[in-house]
Amino acid sequence: MSFWTRHQIFEKNSVILIAGILVVIAIGGLVEITPLFYLKSTIEVVDGVRPYTPLELAGRNIYVREGCYLCHSQMVRPLRDEVERYGHFSLAAESMYDHPFQWGSKRTGPDLARVGAKYSDEWHVTHLTNPRAIVPQSVMPGYPFLAQTEVDIAVVADNLKASRVVGVPYSDEQIRNAVADLKAQADPDNLGTDAFAKRYPKAVIRNFDSKAGAPTEMDALVAYLQMLGTLVDFKLYNEKANLR
Amino acid sequence: MQQSQCTKWMTHGEAGLMLFFSMAAFVCAFAAAKALDAPFAFHASLAAVASGVASFAIMNRYLDRPASLPPEEINGKPNYNVGPIKFASFMAMFWGIAGFAVGLLIASQLAWPALNLDLPWTSFGRLRPLHTSAVIFAFGGNVLIATSFYVVQRTCRTRLVGDLAPWFVVLGYNFFILIAGTGYLLGVTQSKEYAEPEWYADLWLTIVWVVYLVVFVMTLVKRKEPHIFVANWFYLAFIVTIAVLHLGNNPALPVSVFGSKSYIAWGGVQDAMFQWWYGHNAVGFFLTAGFLAIMYYFIPKRAERPVYSYRLSIIHFWALIFLYIWAGPHHLHYTALPDWAQTLGMTFSIMLWMPSWGGMINGLMTLSGAWDKLRTDPVLRMLVVSVAFYGMSTFEGPMMSIKVVNSLSHYTDWTIGHVHSGALGWVGFVSFGALYCLIPWLWDRKGLYSLKLVNWHFWTATIGIVLYISAMWVSGILQGLMWRAYTSLGFLEYSFLETVEAMHPFYVIRAAGGALFLIGALIMAYNLWMTVRASEADVGTELALQAAE
Repeated sequence: MSFWTRHQIFEKNSVILIAGILVVIAIGGLVEITPLFYLKSTIEVVDGVRPYTPLELAGRNIYVREGCYLCHSQMVRPLRDEVERYGHFSLAAESMYDHPFQWGSKRTGPDLARVGAKYSDEWHVTHLTNPRAIVPQSVMPGYPFLAQTEVDIAVVADNLKASRVVGVPYSDEQIRNAVADLKAQADPDNLGTDAFAKRYPKAVIRNFDSKAGAPTEMDALVAYLQMLGTLVDFKLYNEKANLR
Repeated sequence: MQQSQCTKWMTHGEAGLMLFFSMAAFVCAFAAAKALDAPFAFHASLAAVASGVASFAIMNRYLDRPASLPPEEINGKPNYNVGPIKFASFMAMFWGIAGFAVGLLIASQLAWPALNLDLPWTSFGRLRPLHTSAVIFAFGGNVLIATSFYVVQRTCRTRLVGDLAPWFVVLGYNFFILIAGTGYLLGVTQSKEYAEPEWYADLWLTIVWVVYLVVFVMTLVKRKEPHIFVANWFYLAFIVTIAVLHLGNNPALPVSVFGSKSYIAWGGVQDAMFQWWYGHNAVGFFLTAGFLAIMYYFIPKRAERPVYSYRLSIIHFWALIFLYIWAGPHHLHYTALPDWAQTLGMTFSIMLWMPSWGGMINGLMTLSGAWDKLRTDPVLRMLVVSVAFYGMSTFEGPMMSIKVVNSLSHYTDWTIGHVHSGALGWVGFVSFGALYCLIPWLWDRKGLYSLKLVNWHFWTATIGIVLYISAMWVSGILQGLMWRAYTSLGFLEYSFLETVEAMHPFYVIRAAGGALFLIGALIMAYNLWMTVRASEADVGTELALQAAE
């Protein structure tokens, strides 16, 4: 019986055809995806990466909501020009608490993986409100409504809780104090700043939009942008140990 | 009193679905009342209204219909079910024009950013998923559902399985599109490229897709032909694999069952791998396997020639679906994804060139002995040019997956150009060709209203595509080279902003190309509308087509 005759078993039986399709498409996915969950070398061992603060997470959710990743990548490749332009190439560890990942696939605007601490808060606020006020050639949309919208406080703790279920190591204490921490990070005069700083070491406490009152979406987004790529101290990073 | 056999009863399907939708209406109304955010309230209300209407429509349909369901056969000929196909074809044209129009708008926003209007729901970031989903899933998806339901009936010589089920698939799918699309505008998105719909839209799509699979497979099972026709292998691979990809990429935990926000189960590098395993195979199975099925049915039909090689189609099928699934990591070259995965992705992407061109050859060579028809039949010309574009983009793809090429092309417009040579040239043209064939068949017309307008559509769209992809090639390669340019003193030569400025003329040309493509589609919509409206006597510009089989 020739190969072509044998193939008729698929052509004459829809269930066998489905089984054949499932087997054939399963192989590639299984080989490429499953090792990423158990190979220790997949995610580098580094110090400094921590879960997002409640304010940063709220900012990240705005970044996700507005589809920023469609024009801005967060993934510096280990190429000479990129490392010079943006900074150290991105590590897998730096996005290990990202649900979803926001590496992006297009740079209509520059990479943002290391944008944190490069510009002042005021620059970001002006730029987000009207990009062309500060960068005349920019093609970015303006987001003036962010400064006028308060962060939705009611869902902050639930966001941390859901993140924990999918694998972000928030402690009970962090979840309990989520709202207080969110307010504290955007207000240096807040009484809770010390407790906040203990729960999220080295997190920046500033009034990001420099407006009085409850934290706005502008506060949250700028807080997020200002921490991007700042968690790992590359002077201490052991490149050789993480070579793969 | 003994009832006669013509007593009218509701079928299990009618009763069950009515019950389901009545309950769904209440559940959704309750969810709308409890909603934590406005978009979720809006979507729950939409779902409540839609469920109510569905329930009412099922009752109304039951009251109007004769006691017995439509027969399987009339006078020994299969009684094909065309209603859902007509609906899906209409929606395909509708969403196509909507999707192309939004594409033109966002292309213009990149050239003239003031068009973003500084409003939340008109910014590029929210409209871009609307464009991609409208063209891929709404336009492409409706074309695939319409043609698959048509082809599976004809090639199996049997009526589609189910009475309400096919309607559930087409209406349910379009409701999913409505939820997804309005969600993007309201900021409801997972921000995973091509998998943006949130958890509740994903769940609904899963239900619809399973019913789609069941209807398709059960129709295959009761076929009157010994063999399953090759087009159906590709449709089946498309339906099965999309189900697997959708479930693999989208498991998410909602923050609340009364809110739209969820967190995806996968994080960081694993999420990236899952995403591009999904993303590239949305291309491979939604935009390729499904449309190859169209090629395998509509080109032989239109050219009135058999498929070139049966053996080539067997190799094409298995090699294509086996190799495609590996190609995802080429979207993640030089990223934090481990090198071994990148290398696998690149290797298989290059190998993928072979089955892709095998399929192209099989499609093109089907015209052996009928090449002269390209002169006289613009519909066939459209189908053949689509296969040529398929060949071109399946050469470009493997080339761009080579790491050194990718280091230049990645993150630039070259990718956008590559996608559009596939999307406009291959998927667009093969869909247009299929619809031009299908509409007269479905509405029982002798032919199209005007072949001359098809010709106009063909040339407008072709010029549009050429403008689009050449602008993107130039801008992509230019920007890639500018990013890595160094001065003689060893400094980066250009700031990022200078590369943005350099893109402007190409963004204008791209928008012009997109406008031409949209105009072509409007010509098509008019032509199809007139075809459906025409009475038998008005039609006659085209030779009568034989009943499709």
